[in-house]
Amino acid sequence: MNRALVAILACAGIVATFAAVFASDQVPTQKPISGYDFMTTEVQQLQDDDFANPGLLWVEEGQTIWDDTKVASGKSCASCHGDAATAMRGVATRYPAYSAEADHVINLEQQINQCRRERQGESDFPYESEPLLSITALVSAQSKGLPQSVAIVGPAAESFERGKAFFYQRRGQLNLSCANCHEQHAGDHLRGESISQGQVNGFPIYRALWQTMGSTHRMFAWCNEAVRAEPYPAGSQEYVDLELFERWRGQVLKIETPAVRR
Amino acid sequence: MPNTRIRVPKTAKAGDAVEIRAIIQHPMENGFRLDSQGTAIPVEIITDFTCTYDGGEVFSVKLEPGLSANPYFSFYLKATKSGPVDFRWVDQDGTITTATEQLDVT
Repeated sequence: MNRALVAILACAGIVATFAAVFASDQVPTQKPISGYDFMTTEVQQLQDDDFANPGLLWVEEGQTIWDDTKVASGKSCASCHGDAATAMRGVATRYPAYSAEADHVINLEQQINQCRRERQGESDFPYESEPLLSITALVSAQSKGLPQSVAIVGPAAESFERGKAFFYQRRGQLNLSCANCHEQHAGDHLRGESISQGQVNGFPIYRALWQTMGSTHRMFAWCNEAVRAEPYPAGSQEYVDLELFERWRGQVLKIETPAVRR
Repeated sequence: MPNTRIRVPKTAKAGDAVEIRAIIQHPMENGFRLDSQGTAIPVEIITDFTCTYDGGEVFSVKLEPGLSANPYFSFYLKATKSGPVDFRWVDQDGTITTATEQLDVT
């Protein structure tokens, strides 16, 4: 292949990329508001407290895992990535993202497990287990204050469309879609509770109801159960797709991990 | 050993009241809940928390099952002389978790 042809192909590639970006005329239907703004002052203060925020216990635990060299390959996360504070800054804003290795969109938890399988020679942390929540909280917390910016074009487009369809699909005995509450009635009240937009920028969150940390997928499953629908398993592609749509839907919102919610 | 976080100021002036904060990661399972299969989840709590300053007890709590997870305590201590501030949590099985921080009084 001669050099000119390569240059032309490269240009075409760039143009195609731009076209793809601009072809995505998708705009969220409403101005995103973080779940933080729907909380009471007490909950907000607990989240803002850099000592009392219980989620920080998991972040600290995550740091222990990050530095842990007692794995099959003898390499901790820090051995390759270095200091989490610098290496992981901004990473959580990009997930869920398309992974060439997996050939589908994966979320941050799955990316961590992929790294653990392939570079540490260890088996996956089970979804929703304490170590996975801790390390995810650590990685996400490094992006605190940065806006979410997931890619929904190219190989991620299909996943995004599925996630969007999920969001607007009525389900369960109560026959409600996510949008029925979190879009049409955000800011209204459901008895004593205010209905948030269902944004996921603070995940993993410390939820007072659970008295522990929880991932986006635990929250999705909880919400699905609340409308009397059969929840999907944590880590299922349906929930990863929904997570991608949710992250896009709140794209200007800043990452708040570890957030505290009711 | 459960994960703990403590905060003691590094230095203080003699006679100052300094804020001491301590939190421990613990489920504080109250023993009244059932799991998804309907079987009772056994009680699992921390029973005692004490704080000593330079060997003398300054704060002590007896915890009961009604307390929420990850118990967090915050209190004030009158700084008199330099010494270690020791924290000690005892759970129902007698497992002891400790943490310590030096407070220097100028």
